[in-house]
Amino acid sequence: MPRLILAALAFLILAAAPARGQLTIEIVGGAGTTIPIAIVPFENEGTYPLGITGIVSGDLTRSGLFRQVSDAGIAPRPSRAEDVRLGDFRARGADAVVVGSMRPVADGRVEVRFALLDAVKQVQLASMSYIVTQAQFRATGHKIADVIYEKLTGDVGVFSTRIAYITKQGNRFELIVADADGGNPQAIVGSNEPLLSPAWSPDGTRIAYVSLESKKPVIYVQSMATGQRQVLANFRGSNSAPAWSPDGRRLAVTLTKDGGSQLFLMNADGSGVQRLISSGGIDTEPSFTPDGRAILFSSDRGGSPQIYRLTLASGAVERMTFDGSYNVSPNPTPDGKGFVFVRRDGGRFLIAIQDYATRQVQVLTSGPLDESPSIAPNSKLIIYAAQQGPRGILAGVSSDGRIKQRLVSPAADVREPAWGPLPR
Amino acid sequence: MRKWIIAALIFAAIAGCSSTEEKPAEDTGAATTPPATTGGATTGGATTSGVTGSGVTGGQTGGIPSSALKDPRNILSRRNIYFDYDQFTVKEEFRPLVEAHAKYLQSNRGARVILQGNTDERGTREYNIALGQKRADAVKNMMLLYGATEVQIETVSFGKEKPRREGHDETSWAENRRVDIVHSGE
Repeated sequence: MPRLILAALAFLILAAAPARGQLTIEIVGGAGTTIPIAIVPFENEGTYPLGITGIVSGDLTRSGLFRQVSDAGIAPRPSRAEDVRLGDFRARGADAVVVGSMRPVADGRVEVRFALLDAVKQVQLASMSYIVTQAQFRATGHKIADVIYEKLTGDVGVFSTRIAYITKQGNRFELIVADADGGNPQAIVGSNEPLLSPAWSPDGTRIAYVSLESKKPVIYVQSMATGQRQVLANFRGSNSAPAWSPDGRRLAVTLTKDGGSQLFLMNADGSGVQRLISSGGIDTEPSFTPDGRAILFSSDRGGSPQIYRLTLASGAVERMTFDGSYNVSPNPTPDGKGFVFVRRDGGRFLIAIQDYATRQVQVLTSGPLDESPSIAPNSKLIIYAAQQGPRGILAGVSSDGRIKQRLVSPAADVREPAWGPLPR
Repeated sequence: MRKWIIAALIFAAIAGCSSTEEKPAEDTGAATTPPATTGGATTGGATTSGVTGSGVTGGQTGGIPSSALKDPRNILSRRNIYFDYDQFTVKEEFRPLVEAHAKYLQSNRGARVILQGNTDERGTREYNIALGQKRADAVKNMMLLYGATEVQIETVSFGKEKPRREGHDETSWAENRRVDIVHSGE
């Protein structure tokens, strides 16, 4: 139980004033061990309007796995690994130390150097340098945070990824793409009719989504680079629930063109539509397993909505969920160990995770209307949509349920988060 | 052209009869028509209509005039079919309404409708798209039984995306669990 003593530490990260519509992330609950880390402001950092260590420490702290140790009183501040007296930092409780420098080079660019030291084992864990423009400071901060996260936790960092989500303000809907910390939000689609179900292509170059702008659900695929979009599926009836295959060449979708909501497979250019399976009831919300060999989906073929697995090679269908009368929105975790889904329990809708091997279910959230779970590429964090009073917000929970975040937008209803892939 | 005029006259006569009769509305419908029992209907006018089961349907080559769709005294002006939570069966009280629109389609083979399924806010967005679709399909299947043809009916779903009422209570939810009948050109 000692791990739980930090339960319900609730503190607010004071980020820079958010742009209109920008999400800010708050840690609303954390439980478990955190790594104490000292991040020393980089040499010369003060000469630039936007620092880098603020980005790094914000990323690490919001992950819920790190806690900041002050370097106050350490003078002069070290900027190179060889200048660090680890004893000073050990005395303040730090297990890890980050130092660095920023130095102008040609063309107004800046050389950013940093080193990560293990204060306990007294070794250097990483040392890197980047030559970047000032416009790349944020991205550089996220990259450094990724390196630190990976070295200290053993898991891949996801601070350089992006998220997509839908906002609703009055009757205006926008599909927004932002950095994983909520920064740099950009609307890539706007509509006076609802948008839903954004899905990143595995290489992050395209987003599929559903729009009701033609008074029915139609699936589009849009290029991130050019903003150009094309209709993926606009058949008679409803067209929805796009899901990319891991190779990015095909999508599984739900079409009603032949009667009922049924699963189809099609090429990413809209060609080659073929039916995947048939049932007399609802089949929808397809999602590929990371190996591309199976699709999880929700279906009421057994009476109540439950999650099933379709093995593509054999066409075999296996029921995956048995407890409860409503288990939907399956999302296989990238590590291949299980899937995240939405469960109705009483009148509440909760995010839960199920392990393939043990069939054990862990409920991660408390509702009342949690939905649209999307998993970070490192399988460690789940972002989902929640209802807070009358408003839709995004929230985050670690896949072990210990860390809880809230992503707050100043103005709009926010929903339908989709976590983008790791940058290539 | 003459057929249309005749049909229109027949229709007008029947509609006129039913609207001038002083009987309770329940008595004017066909035998299969039970009284409307809930506040499901939102449009005004009679709860049943002389159109149902009347002589203008079945084998007629003329059509029920499209003006009937807008006539608040005509059942065809009613467009909302309400559903229970998590359910997609058309309740008995809405059968006359569905039948009337089916007969309209049967008598106007060029006419088209879109059935738009909706759900309340509970449940996930995509599953609710499928649930709304299933509701629209249920209405369509009943229309097919009453003589409409497949080609005349497109079923689509808005799921919980376009709630008529934004509240988070049973009153709003009940209003949003609905299929809307939209005739072409509307």
